Amino acid sequence: MTDLNKLTLIAAQDGIRTKQFSSVELTTSCLESIKKQEPALNAFTTVLAEDALDKAKLADVELKSIGLNDKATKPLLGIPLSIKDNFATKDQRTTASSKVLDNYYPPFDATVTRRLKDAGAIIVGKNNMDAWAHGSSTETSDFGATHNPWDTNTLPGGSSGGSAAAVASNEVIAAIGSETAGSIRQPASWCGVVGLKPTYGRVSRYGVAAMEATLDSPGPLTKTVSDAALLLEILAGHDPLDATTTSDPVGTYLKSLSGSIKGLKIGLPKEYFLSDAQAGINDLVKKAANKLEELGAELVEISLMDPKYSIADYTIIQRSGVSSNLSRYDGVRYGNDRSFFGSEAKRRIMLGTYALSSGFYDAYYRRAQQVRMLLRRDFDRVFGQVDLILAPTSPSTALPIGSSLNHPMFGEIADILIEGSSLAGLTGINIPVGLINGLPVGMQLVANHFKEQTILNVAYSYEQSLDWKTNIL
Amino acid sequence: MNYQLICGAEIHVELSTKTKMFCGCVNDPFGADKPNIYTCPVCLGLPGGLPVPNKKAIEDTILLGLALNCEIPERSHFDRKHYFYPDLPKGYQISQLGEPLCVGGYVDTSFGRVRLNHIHLEEDAAKMHHAVVGGNKVSLIDFNRSSVPLVEIVSEPDIKSPEQAKEFLKNVRDIVRSLGISDCDMEKGSMRLEANISLSSDGSLPPYKVEVKNINSFRFYANAMEYEFKRQSEILDKGEIPIQETRGYRAITKSTASQRGKEGAADYRYMPDGDIPPIEISRDWVNEIKKRLPKLPGAIAADLVSAGVIESAAKIIVTNHEYLGFITELMKLDPSLLKAAANDLVNKKIDSNTSPEDYLKAKKEKAGEKITDEAILKPIIEKLIAENAPLVEQYKDGKTGVLGFFVGGVMKVTGGKADASVVSMLLTDMIK
Repeated sequence: MTDLNKLTLIAAQDGIRTKQFSSVELTTSCLESIKKQEPALNAFTTVLAEDALDKAKLADVELKSIGLNDKATKPLLGIPLSIKDNFATKDQRTTASSKVLDNYYPPFDATVTRRLKDAGAIIVGKNNMDAWAHGSSTETSDFGATHNPWDTNTLPGGSSGGSAAAVASNEVIAAIGSETAGSIRQPASWCGVVGLKPTYGRVSRYGVAAMEATLDSPGPLTKTVSDAALLLEILAGHDPLDATTTSDPVGTYLKSLSGSIKGLKIGLPKEYFLSDAQAGINDLVKKAANKLEELGAELVEISLMDPKYSIADYTIIQRSGVSSNLSRYDGVRYGNDRSFFGSEAKRRIMLGTYALSSGFYDAYYRRAQQVRMLLRRDFDRVFGQVDLILAPTSPSTALPIGSSLNHPMFGEIADILIEGSSLAGLTGINIPVGLINGLPVGMQLVANHFKEQTILNVAYSYEQSLDWKTNIL
Repeated sequence: MNYQLICGAEIHVELSTKTKMFCGCVNDPFGADKPNIYTCPVCLGLPGGLPVPNKKAIEDTILLGLALNCEIPERSHFDRKHYFYPDLPKGYQISQLGEPLCVGGYVDTSFGRVRLNHIHLEEDAAKMHHAVVGGNKVSLIDFNRSSVPLVEIVSEPDIKSPEQAKEFLKNVRDIVRSLGISDCDMEKGSMRLEANISLSSDGSLPPYKVEVKNINSFRFYANAMEYEFKRQSEILDKGEIPIQETRGYRAITKSTASQRGKEGAADYRYMPDGDIPPIEISRDWVNEIKKRLPKLPGAIAADLVSAGVIESAAKIIVTNHEYLGFITELMKLDPSLLKAAANDLVNKKIDSNTSPEDYLKAKKEKAGEKITDEAILKPIIEKLIAENAPLVEQYKDGKTGVLGFFVGGVMKVTGGKADASVVSMLLTDMIK
């Protein structure tokens, strides 16, 4: 069978369980795709080819004892996935795309890694990212930029750019990323894949090299909405090793996926359809909104705090967190000292250190926390009127390689439409809605805390209603 | 010029919980037979390690706060305190600044009350070992102590003399020990002391303070205060103000020496630790913790005094960890022997291997089940006195020998079980 690597997660699960193909065949197909495309894409920092094949062989043995219709036991058994390189993978190199951790082999698995392994997934490699997840381009990686599979002269977005590119190029069946503000949704938008940012606290951060403690949210990047639903079910849940995870019950997201969105109120915030957005983006996203109206939803124009304020707020909170979280790389451990930090990390450390310094804390950090509270209340108010919010994910399609260089605020501006909902801890999803000049355009759906099912349902009904790739402006 | 010493204390106490402050590792850095055996991604500060607070440590801190008359706020949170040092693997210590677990409070001393500012909970650092390996001077780090729960008790500048300091510190130690939350061993470093010392000519708070570290006994604490009094007086006499700095205590010379000046003072860039949600402290929870509160040394001393023990003896008992344990146990078993036991303890008539149970048993055997109860003996004596009026007259005329008749009479009635000494004591009292 050819092109097994192009299968969705659900199709791969079905095929492997009904013995249409083996895990070795599926894994080999992905590894070949990686081998062929990596020179152009650079979506991986580490490829675990040998280890993946060993695990695939074991999976095939184990699959023999699992019934044809049993999808509950080890639901990911034998399926090749990749993980962003800021997730600890036991005894496998974990760099966060920084030279500081060039030779770091963690003695433990991140909770997300462990859950994937427990579900039987084959980890074929670690995805490239902006170093320490600092950026929205994957061009600040100390191991070279990742290129967008839609046009290798463009960026994949970031920081989970390696994960998004690997899924978009069918190097893997699905991938795991993490988002602080935009790092899942924005690369998903630029690479034309589904990217789900769960509610803060829904998925454990244990074992993820930290950017900002109150924002970081791991989540899936997938080919379809159903794939995202399946992965969320596996990743989500309380973790005794992460005190900020919630013990709220995890939904049966896949089983509960429903195409029926009748009566749902979808808010379109007028401030999020920027007048200076790239031509065509607002139109494609509004067209998608009209589609949802056709499918039974009610569109409501709403007003939210101008997203420009969230840039400043997010920058202070995140830089402060970065300066704290990178303190542990002090040169005593890990082999490489602080001179191995790239310029982006150094800038962030300096800015964050300044914002937390005695005499400045009140003017910057405390103020930013107060604004964050206002932002949250603003969303609370809107969720009194609507069930979810719809807006473009990014004001542009993928930008050319090199765009982020010499632009210290590149990421913050690229993620202007995402930062607010991240600061409020909300869940959001990107789904592709069309193409402009051959590059994907994404729409984001944002809902209140733990309303993942709502946005999955709306995204699913949209996805089922058309082939987005034919939606060309 | 005459100056008044003004001193505020900072006392660090390592809690003896089973596990560390923010991970499941064993909390026993002193008992570990090898370095770095009680470690995990969290206390090593590895990328992605996350702190999960130890509930027992929080409860122990609240218990201490209750014992030291603190207010327990309804909300508390942890902060990050940033500084670089090889024994601090995350580059910050998880501590508390804005919302500590315990606020206010006080400890009484015979020289006056010492108010507390607050008590907070934090994590200890790892331990550095400077050694020579293969001819090279190296610094080694043992992470067994990394992230062990550490309580900090911060007093107001209410300590006015070295004697008061000693009494205050001893009281705090005795209370912590009686709560069973730490062994407070200064040799091992499970109790560590710091002094903020300045001098005032008019009793008001001076515009500077000198922090003295490396103090590992109460005596050294007093010495440091005495030395600083002399040193700072000389500077003030010259019309100058002592430099605000951190000094280290030197035990051999009984002096202090400068370690770090104000210009070198660290900016810790405190920020709330987002890895740990704020702690809501319900009143139900506080009441539950309150149930663990034992009778504190001060209250036990008062009980001893009211049982007839002299004040100085009571003080000796409650400030001695062993004596205190013995007397607390004995109180539960048989409070009637409190006075006797207290006196025996102070007069060293009980050796340290004797348990309160053994002591009671021995006492009872010695007493041979004799009747000492005045309520039983008095009516018998009264009856004998009433029935033998002529003999009473003889006694009053000076014939004290007749007492023997009465004692014999009581013995006859009680079948020889009455305690002769108690009977004669009662007789001499009643016959008059």
